[in-house]
Amino acid sequence: MQQPASSTPIVSLRDVQKSFGSLKVLDGVSFTVERGEVLAVIGRSGSGKSTALRCIDRFEKVDGGEITVCGRRVDLPDVDLRALRQDVGIVFQSYNLFPHLTIEQNITLAPCSVKRMCLSEAKALAHKVLAQVGLEEKIHAYPEQLSGGQQQRAAIARSLAMQPKVMLFDEVTSALDPELTGEVLKVIEQLAADGMTMMMVTHEMGFAKGIADRIVFMHRGKVHETGPASILTSPTTLELAQFVGTGNLKS
Amino acid sequence: MGGHLNANHLLFLGHGALWTIGLSLIALIGGGIVGFVIALARISPLRSVRLLSAAYVQLVQGTPLLVILFLGYFGLAAIGLKMSPLAAASASLTLYVAAYLGEIWRGSIQSVPKPQWEAAEGLALSRTQRMMKVILPQAIRIATPPTVGFMVQIIKNTSLASVVGFVELMRSGQIVNNSLFEPFIVYAIIAAVYFAMCYPLSLFSQKLERRMGRGSANFSLA
Amino acid sequence: MNIELDFPAVLERWPNFLGGAILTLELAFLATVSGALIGTLAAVGRGNHSRLIARICKVYVEAIRNTPLLVQIFLVYFGLASIGLKLSAFTVAVVALTINVGAYTAEIMRAGFEAIPRGQIEAAEGLALSRFQIYWHIILLPAVERVYPALTSQFVLLMLASSVCSQISAEELTAVANYIQSDTYRAFETYIIVAVLYILLSLVMRAGFWGLGLVLFPRRRRLGTAL
Repeated sequence: MQQPASSTPIVSLRDVQKSFGSLKVLDGVSFTVERGEVLAVIGRSGSGKSTALRCIDRFEKVDGGEITVCGRRVDLPDVDLRALRQDVGIVFQSYNLFPHLTIEQNITLAPCSVKRMCLSEAKALAHKVLAQVGLEEKIHAYPEQLSGGQQQRAAIARSLAMQPKVMLFDEVTSALDPELTGEVLKVIEQLAADGMTMMMVTHEMGFAKGIADRIVFMHRGKVHETGPASILTSPTTLELAQFVGTGNLKS
Repeated sequence: MGGHLNANHLLFLGHGALWTIGLSLIALIGGGIVGFVIALARISPLRSVRLLSAAYVQLVQGTPLLVILFLGYFGLAAIGLKMSPLAAASASLTLYVAAYLGEIWRGSIQSVPKPQWEAAEGLALSRTQRMMKVILPQAIRIATPPTVGFMVQIIKNTSLASVVGFVELMRSGQIVNNSLFEPFIVYAIIAAVYFAMCYPLSLFSQKLERRMGRGSANFSLA
Repeated sequence: MNIELDFPAVLERWPNFLGGAILTLELAFLATVSGALIGTLAAVGRGNHSRLIARICKVYVEAIRNTPLLVQIFLVYFGLASIGLKLSAFTVAVVALTINVGAYTAEIMRAGFEAIPRGQIEAAEGLALSRFQIYWHIILLPAVERVYPALTSQFVLLMLASSVCSQISAEELTAVANYIQSDTYRAFETYIIVAVLYILLSLVMRAGFWGLGLVLFPRRRRLGTAL
């Protein structure tokens, strides 16, 4: 990874608090995503990992703490949401492709209407990003004509077309049949190899281990353990050991 | 009457409102009976019966109620069948309501889940028994919210009877206005009275719909 | 009883019938276009963050849906006159029908909006689309596609209901029938012909909406599936 020496983090969370009603989902969460880094956030369902990701793109408002994304304070009420979301690409568990638009239209929509790119330029871009995810031949198909794995790859291409500075992946393989997860993970791997800054919330331990520069393990709304991918094989806390199921707690 | 709006005027309007309710009930009962027959005819095993009833529904739903009303009142009179305004309005509304209720109820009957029909058939019940004992009791539950909703349409549609001179709420409003010359005020009052009759039914229908947890066809006319 | 029907005597007046039918279609077309517009705005307004705007839209929808069109037409007619606006019967009819069908459209469109999955809107937000762009590109078309049958039935009903405009002497089809029958003393034949014409008009409208649907929903044309 090429890391500029003086870089500030692309994403940083400091003491973030978030409750849904009386349920405290994030209880003082802090972590950063550096430029060019791949950060994997793992933890049980309900540990707050998806909420943390959604807070970064302001799909949830935080109750306290600071979130900075590309130098922009996301926790403040007057944040420029559209500027923020041009910098941040997000891919959802349920793909959320627009069913009434072809794959090409799904991809060109935002560059044309947000960045005011002309259509021919946007179409060329669509070709390029679809090639990146290996779906060029589906450019004129509608989402329902694609398999789940293909839809998710198209959704990744749609985000890439906005040339984001960081990509957020929210359990992008959880809705897929096991035999289809591989093709999506391969695309993400390639992005990582190309130096894209990424944060992914995932259940795929093996994948996280293989691709992540750093792991954040969340437990009960807190960052419980963090470190390089090696913490998955040699966890220092009981909870992470139980979570990865190795049982070989290094003490 | 004359001069300012007074108690006599209001009494007259109240009388008209009662006739609006009366005419609505006639249309509901008459249209309900004919509509029930239409609903059954629409799903009859006989092709000719199905076609005839479908044609009836298409014809009525393609014609404005006002034209049906004119046909019944002026049209029939012109060929020697003179009817009172009440009779013409009742007959027209009955035919009109029957086409719409028939369709609502056919839809309700057909939306009883297929396994229910098959189960009833498996029990060796006759067609009538299947209908009366298994299907209709379930269809009634499904049909209630849209039927209540359609009652709002019936009440509103009775206002057209004013055009052939039947003195219901709308017509009594016009008569009051003829002595007051305050059309905006008079019609605003009329509108408020219609609203007071219709809105509770609309709310009730929405409540029933929510309780059923399902949307229903959005039948409506002016 | 001796019934003699003489349709040719009435059919002689076909230019009048035709003129009335065209005016009815014009009325229906204008009210449909403008009613669809304000109805959609009212449906959007009902979901507005501002309580006041949402409230106003709700009052509009409920007030119209729970009062007869005939009363609404008279209210518009005399209401506009009382504020000094002298408009033609045709204009008053278009205004009243627009207000009327707008309320029904709002209710139907609201159901369409509510059926759009939350994830669609989040995905659009994630792509930095503005609120307006989200409504325009992501919500509107799929919502319209979903409620298209209900919407088009409503517009056909509006065309039929426009017959009530004969009461303020807009020269549409029913008004034409009224004066032809008083000229010819052939009320039965006249109203039968008019009924047939209305049935034809509703068929024409349905065919038109079917064709419009093919243009509006290319995905459905290609795949034949509903959203």
